[in-house]
Amino acid sequence: MPVVTEKTNPNVKKGSIAPNSAENKKVVYNTKDLNLWYGEGHALKNINLAINENEVTAIIGPSGCGKSTYIKTLNRMVELVPSVKISGEILYRERNILDKSFKVEDLRTNVGMVFQKPNPFPKSIYENVAYGPKIHGIRDKKILDEIVEKSLRGAAIWDEVKDRLNQNAYGLSGGQQQRLCIARCLAIEPDVILMDEPTSALDPISTLKVEELVQELKEEFSIIIVTHNMQQAARISDKTAFFLNGEVIEFADTDKIFSTPSDKRTEDYITGRFG
Amino acid sequence: MKYVDSEQVHKKMGIRLLANNMAKTIFFLATLFGLVVLIVLIYRVLADGLGWINIDFLMNRLSTDPERAGIWGAIVGTLWLMLVIAPVTMILGVGTAIYLEEYAAKGRISSFIKTNISNLAGVPSVVFGILGLTVFARALDLGSVVLAGGLTMALLVLPVVVVASQEAIRAVPQFLREASYGMGATKWQTIKNVVLPAALPGILTGVILALSRAIGETAPLVVIGIPALLIPVPDGIFDKFTILPVQIYYWTIDSALVAEYANLAAATIVILLIVLFAMNSIAILVRNKFQKRY
Repeated sequence: MPVVTEKTNPNVKKGSIAPNSAENKKVVYNTKDLNLWYGEGHALKNINLAINENEVTAIIGPSGCGKSTYIKTLNRMVELVPSVKISGEILYRERNILDKSFKVEDLRTNVGMVFQKPNPFPKSIYENVAYGPKIHGIRDKKILDEIVEKSLRGAAIWDEVKDRLNQNAYGLSGGQQQRLCIARCLAIEPDVILMDEPTSALDPISTLKVEELVQELKEEFSIIIVTHNMQQAARISDKTAFFLNGEVIEFADTDKIFSTPSDKRTEDYITGRFG
Repeated sequence: MKYVDSEQVHKKMGIRLLANNMAKTIFFLATLFGLVVLIVLIYRVLADGLGWINIDFLMNRLSTDPERAGIWGAIVGTLWLMLVIAPVTMILGVGTAIYLEEYAAKGRISSFIKTNISNLAGVPSVVFGILGLTVFARALDLGSVVLAGGLTMALLVLPVVVVASQEAIRAVPQFLREASYGMGATKWQTIKNVVLPAALPGILTGVILALSRAIGETAPLVVIGIPALLIPVPDGIFDKFTILPVQIYYWTIDSALVAEYANLAAATIVILLIVLFAMNSIAILVRNKFQKRY
């Protein structure tokens, strides 16, 4: 398996800040020759990416470059689009998730997702967080209480909501709702957290809070975050992949991408010449 | 040289404005016509019936003597009928709506089913009566009891519930389903925990409207064989029964024999209108109160 890391991870070539730690890290998601079509439209073209655990991997690129499609393929959410066709392999912990025998419910229990727009259920704060554990069969009220508290603490929102757990989640501000959604995602104790432009609907202060949270969460989880905000990618990620027209143009350490990109198109994008 | 000649325009302006005002008048009169008919109708009914409504009229059993006749039996029969229709339409109607909206692949078959549900809504109610008579009253040998009538009426109003439920389910935002799927919920868990609770107000509104349509129908029950003079009050779904509109129908046709029956019919119409108005108001209240903002 480490062989694959070296082959597909351009970061290894360069003597980065901590090359050893990068090499020792396990690959959590390994994408091989992934192609995806929406009907006739070829949305993802020969994607090869190896994503390490306990890192924040940012995916950047202009609108329509396939970055959201890619992250939705990682938990097979993309299959909700009826006309979608996929070829290639995505190995999650060395098992191909595109294989018919792989149950999406299993996958999504290990791989949580935070969406672009905060999407809490129209239920109480408590019920929102307890939703995941409940569908996975936890009924014991005491255990649920513990999970809810731990998850809300983990998403740095416990102090703000601990006195109103039974109030409707729609009473929270947008930023609080998004952190509640992160808490809801933590409650299923995932291995990987996928974030699809999680701050695009938030104000700058809420954005900052979510960004800080991402930094804390990477100690425990592997995080893949799609963002249209390059500064955000630079601030919070360890690795960055630049997508353009459905292809991965460059994938490397974030420092390198933003200081010495090896591809002209990457440079043009991050310096704001297009996109 | 301008293409639009302002002199020509000015010359024709009078006719254009006249046509404009005539159009407005015609549409207003069309609206007024319906309103006037409704007002006259309600006035006639109130004038004929209001004097006959009192507690005895509501609580007495049926009788051939207009002075002693009451509609208690028809009121209880109406309640029993609703008690059969509501669960049957809920289960069949909501089930169909869930299948069509959440499971069925969007394609020829599902659009074929949807078209036929609309067609079902267009079938005359007397045809449902014949179906009820053949299947429930005779083949299943139920007779003209509440259960047979209720099942017939349930089929009659099923399209209303299906369409209302479909709309309610479709109105549940996709991002709520995604949130649920994203945590590893199965389709059924998502439907049960997220979609149905959010769609419930819309579904209930549809069920109430369907019920109010059912208890205003006469033809199917007359075909099934509701007796014209039923003195006992029904005690359950296997008893013979009558409902308000059927009672109105029989009193109206018998008013040729006893003139006061026309007043009894009018009084019953007032009661039926009050019940229908109340039910429709509840439906609107439910819809407004539980309308969620997403």
